[in-house]
Amino acid sequence: MAIKENKVIEKAVFSIFRLSAYVNIMALGLFFYFLVKNGISAISWEFLTSPPKDMMTKGGIFPCILGTFILSFGSMIVALPFGIGTAIYLSEYAREGFVLRLIRIGINNLAGVPSIVFGLFGLALFATYLKFKVSILTGICTLGILVLPVIISTAEEALSSVPDTFREASYGLGATKWQTIKKVVLPAALPGILTGLILSLSRAAGETAAIMYTAAVFFAPRLPHSIFDPVMALPYHIYVLATAGTQIEKTRNLQYGSALVLVILILMMNLIAIYLRGKKQEKF
Amino acid sequence: MKKNILTKEKIISTLLLLIAFTSITFVALIFFFLFHEGLPIFKHVSVREFLFGKYWYPTSDPPDFGIFPLFIGSILVTLLSSVIAIPIGVMTAIYLAEMASPFVRKILKPLIELLAALPSVVIGFFGMVVVAPFLQKYFDLATGLNLFNASLMLAFMSIPTICSISEDAIYSVPTELKEGSFALGATHLQTLLRVILPSSLSGISVAITLGMSRAIGETMVVLMVAGGAAMIPESIFDPVRPMPASIAAEMAEAPYKSLHYHALFAIGIVLFLFTWAFNMIAEYISHKYKQRGTATL
Repeated sequence: MAIKENKVIEKAVFSIFRLSAYVNIMALGLFFYFLVKNGISAISWEFLTSPPKDMMTKGGIFPCILGTFILSFGSMIVALPFGIGTAIYLSEYAREGFVLRLIRIGINNLAGVPSIVFGLFGLALFATYLKFKVSILTGICTLGILVLPVIISTAEEALSSVPDTFREASYGLGATKWQTIKKVVLPAALPGILTGLILSLSRAAGETAAIMYTAAVFFAPRLPHSIFDPVMALPYHIYVLATAGTQIEKTRNLQYGSALVLVILILMMNLIAIYLRGKKQEKF
Repeated sequence: MKKNILTKEKIISTLLLLIAFTSITFVALIFFFLFHEGLPIFKHVSVREFLFGKYWYPTSDPPDFGIFPLFIGSILVTLLSSVIAIPIGVMTAIYLAEMASPFVRKILKPLIELLAALPSVVIGFFGMVVVAPFLQKYFDLATGLNLFNASLMLAFMSIPTICSISEDAIYSVPTELKEGSFALGATHLQTLLRVILPSSLSGISVAITLGMSRAIGETMVVLMVAGGAAMIPESIFDPVRPMPASIAAEMAEAPYKSLHYHALFAIGIVLFLFTWAFNMIAEYISHKYKQRGTATL
């Protein structure tokens, strides 16, 4: 009797666990259902390739897409050298101890800083103190620091998953430590590092709070000519259209369309990253 | 020649060590600039008035800089979202780690990670145009943009963080522990509650702490969905204005180096210290109660 009761309770509890997993999927499903249902009609070739018209109530989002690409790829140029350098140090050189603990605390804390605080920091240091103003340069520096922890942790994981036998074989041939890292470890870890790169790209592309006072403007009459120009960016465009536009209801269709484009962009990046990660796991 | 190579090796390892200090340098720089731009407000109001003042009217004459309503807004939004996100996140993690078949796990895990990749501005947008009208209609409210809606959206965002870190912790509980429990005649549920969960508790606590830290610092969702009224709410359907939302909404209208500008940076300090504290707690837990093989507990 008692055993049977236990079984029933166990079944019930486990069903609740299963249900909660499906709640996530349902939420994700609902999210995509509404986004695609209302956004798909806005998307056309013209929407993707032309600038906004008539006080942002018509036309396309080309400058925003371009701006988002410039900002996210630009931030990689800033973040990659520091990110991969740190990862190499952590995985190949560091020894347990105070210094390592300090470095790790730094990375974890940087990862926890809210994006609006990055925005404040970018505004104070790059835009005001270094006089970069609200510009692409300010934006990519701010975003570069913001994605640094993502790059570090994925690259470190990739480097430390390279088997030690690779390193030993290289040392056995008389190579020095740096030669081994450069010629053996880094190439073997490349797919993993690439995964991290794409994930950080997607993080930078979707970031809004960090760019709203450092790089993005609601409307720019022309495409940016240099890194000292401000840009339009997709996430900021969605925010402004949805909250501060003159005709919020009238542009609802454009808002859904822009949101759908941003989500598709980010999904594609993430799918590529998942695919690359799967490939890497097969290899070792 | 050989000496040359050795010097080069030495230079490279020193250079990499220096690069490894970038992150902590930036944390220090963020700290410095927030204080540099934020502290001048305390020449005008005392720390006490700033933190516990009940009125936030930065543009009136004379202005009021009491962030208590904003602070309470942040705390309530974070707590309410945790009430939703912690059970769902942890239970999903248990399902993925202990119950799901390898096939289901292989599909569900990336899907939940995908949830983490969704940009916050789009989730805020979803809350505004889909969830808010729904709440307004079915709960008969003045506005659907309120504390409850914001918490719901924040929970949606912090579940993936909570879930994936907890899942790692639960999944890495050694099989010997489970087998030992089964061998003593315990059921799966008993094993789960008395063996697996206690030994992965530190990992789960870290997951929860990081999830809450993400919720308290999240900006776009609370900016778009929380309603934006700087007052202390009386019910969960009242609008609030959490700290990140205030900074994001008001920075554009605050003249450079004005009191308002300094006050917004000072809110940034409070926010930064808060998330910093959360991260240090997570750091402390994971360092002190590290899962070490079978020897946890």
